[in-house]
Amino acid sequence: MAEHLHTQPEIDKLTGTATTGHEWDGIKELNTPLPRWWLWTFYATIVWALGYWVIYPAIPLISSHTTGIAGYSSRADVAVEIAKLQTQRNAQAAGLADASFEQIKASPDLLRIALARGKAAFGDNCSPCHGTGATGGPGFPNLVDDDWLWGGKPEEIQKTILHGIRWEANPETRVGNMPAFGKTGMLKREEIADVVEYVRSLAKLDVERTANIAKGKEVFAANCASCHGDAGKGNQELGAPDLTDQIWLYGSSRQAMTEGLVNGRGASMPAWGGRLDPVTIKALVVYVGSLGGGQ
Amino acid sequence: MLTTVQRSDPPLVPIEDEDDIPLYAPSPKAYPQKVSGLYRRIKWGLLAFCLSVYYFLPFVRWDRGPNLPNQAVLVDFEHRRFYFFFIELWPQEVYYFTGLLILAAVILFLMNAVAGRIWCGYLCPQTVWTDLFVQVERVIEGDRRERMKLDEGPWTFDKITKKATKHFVWLMIAWWTGGAWVLYFSDAPTFMKQMALGQAPFTAYLWIGILTFTTYVLAGHMREQVCLHMCPWPRIQAALTDEHALNVTYRYDRGEPRMSLKEARRARAAEEPAGDCIDCNQCVAVCPTGVDIRLGSQIGCIQCGLCIDACDTVMTKVGRPTRLIAYDTDEAVIARQAGRTPTYRLIRPRTILYAALIVLVGGAMLYQLATRAFLGVNVIHDRTPLFVTLRDGSVRNGYTVRLINKRTERREVALTVDGPLNVAMEVQGANASADWRPIVTVEPDSTREIRVLVTIPRASLRPGTNMIRIKAADLFAGESAEAREHFFAPEP
Repeated sequence: MAEHLHTQPEIDKLTGTATTGHEWDGIKELNTPLPRWWLWTFYATIVWALGYWVIYPAIPLISSHTTGIAGYSSRADVAVEIAKLQTQRNAQAAGLADASFEQIKASPDLLRIALARGKAAFGDNCSPCHGTGATGGPGFPNLVDDDWLWGGKPEEIQKTILHGIRWEANPETRVGNMPAFGKTGMLKREEIADVVEYVRSLAKLDVERTANIAKGKEVFAANCASCHGDAGKGNQELGAPDLTDQIWLYGSSRQAMTEGLVNGRGASMPAWGGRLDPVTIKALVVYVGSLGGGQ
Repeated sequence: MLTTVQRSDPPLVPIEDEDDIPLYAPSPKAYPQKVSGLYRRIKWGLLAFCLSVYYFLPFVRWDRGPNLPNQAVLVDFEHRRFYFFFIELWPQEVYYFTGLLILAAVILFLMNAVAGRIWCGYLCPQTVWTDLFVQVERVIEGDRRERMKLDEGPWTFDKITKKATKHFVWLMIAWWTGGAWVLYFSDAPTFMKQMALGQAPFTAYLWIGILTFTTYVLAGHMREQVCLHMCPWPRIQAALTDEHALNVTYRYDRGEPRMSLKEARRARAAEEPAGDCIDCNQCVAVCPTGVDIRLGSQIGCIQCGLCIDACDTVMTKVGRPTRLIAYDTDEAVIARQAGRTPTYRLIRPRTILYAALIVLVGGAMLYQLATRAFLGVNVIHDRTPLFVTLRDGSVRNGYTVRLINKRTERREVALTVDGPLNVAMEVQGANASADWRPIVTVEPDSTREIRVLVTIPRASLRPGTNMIRIKAADLFAGESAEAREHFFAPEP
């Protein structure tokens, strides 16, 4: 147990310095005072702190805080900064509004602005379905690859975004359904199985050895070719996918293909015209096109 | 080492009233006396040199071609460049400054191992400016005694005039110091014009203000307080020094026991021990930090050698050998006391180590600088998606490529890709060109970011990770750079 004594201060013999008179277990403390300027600096910081409390918001209260006589708030600062940024962006947006897609592509400045704006808008509005990397998922198209259901030219992408797909509230929306061949009894179970194998052969996927490809081809010509084309190359007017390529919106398993034939397909995309301003939609078109599949 | 120092012990006075003990003490003010001699001349020379470099370096010109500033030393924050004569550094090359700091530290260690605190005594800005400010004070207010008398005396008209003049001159020097500082960050002649017309940016005035204030306070008022209470080097130095370092040393083997000249003559005649120190206190009077060197090495001693000059003057006058105070080692003092011949060991493990480190770090930096590339290519793989399958089954990866042009002319850079069989590349924003390679224009002294899409047929790919190489070649200068990056394919 340390013993703390308060003894008479004295002058230490070796150093010539006074002790404080504090003693712990026989160990005495030398008094080496701090320089006076140090003390003044310390007082200055206290004064500074007091001034700060008065001038700036400092003390928390139950439901708010003291505001300080300067009325400063970092939120107000941010609001000013945002307003400044908004002005700047509006000026840039004006440039985008008047430019054609070719002009935007040709101007590094406009392109940079469009891409930045498009990327932000995509993250806010599109990525919940299409994914942050725009790679989509089953039923949600991948926008990075080179396959387009409704066309990959800027004007076509713009139309899709403006009016949506199978979005009934918009009169100009893109229309075209995969009918439910099985449910409605248009095709029998065996006919569906045959046409699935035929389509698999078109896409160079593995085919059942026992399948009747010839029968499947007949069924295809009678029921599917009107939309998907005689060769199965699809039709972008109707949103009918190309069945000969490696890209399958719902997957390339027999099960997925059969399911599509039995129940039909017809997922929708909202019309963004009216929800987003025209400049943002334009920027989105440029951004989506830049991902790699744009034509 | 210094336990043999003899000193008059202070009287043992018991303190009656505890309130007499100050918890905070005014720092005793030093009134450095004028001195002349070898070390004073060295200090004047170095002072003139250092201040000339500091004040006039921004005006030195260095031609770098039409697109770049022609100031020899310039920190260009606006364009994010640092220029030092033939060297131009970009922000990403900040490691050169790391190297410089390492070099500075090791050089300081070496200086310390060889000759103690020569940095503190001769080269430190705090020392240089304080020296200048003390000289101003001396010219205006007179030497040590006059200054002491002036400070003690009443506030007469003469005192007010002298003090006002001194502070005015100090502030002018401090202001010029701040002004010169700002010149390192913009074109000096242009800035001088702006200053004269009051058109310089607010930050410039702010920095001039800050440096005026710090110079005035630190060199005019704080002085040795900076060395004692603010600077870490004296503490580090105290831990690094050893018995072979040449420190400013009072040769107590020769100086003690102290006695008056007359007493010493008598003692020598009687063949009694007699020291050379006549206790004239000149070493203390001239000391810019107000320490007594006869107490040995201490935190307050910046080892400027002015006490050597003072003591030499006195020793010459009294007809005794000079260098009672000298640059000497603890080891040498002990050796002389023991009757051995003192030897000075310049080459010892720590000096060899420090020198080797300096050569190593300096050499590495020089090598880096000499082989610095003027064309660079950085490749970043897209984070999402890692890859995408195309209609024909081939796989595509997206990259952001940054081309770096460190030359002063615009360059046409051709991009090529190397990788698995039939690898193909699409560069967004490439120029239309007759060359089969995509060409990208990069502006002088800048970087350009472009998107590159690389496509590889499924048949050439391993599942999972593959490697590609993106090469950038200057069409005319014959320089090239390349970067290796991953190419991802679907797992089976």
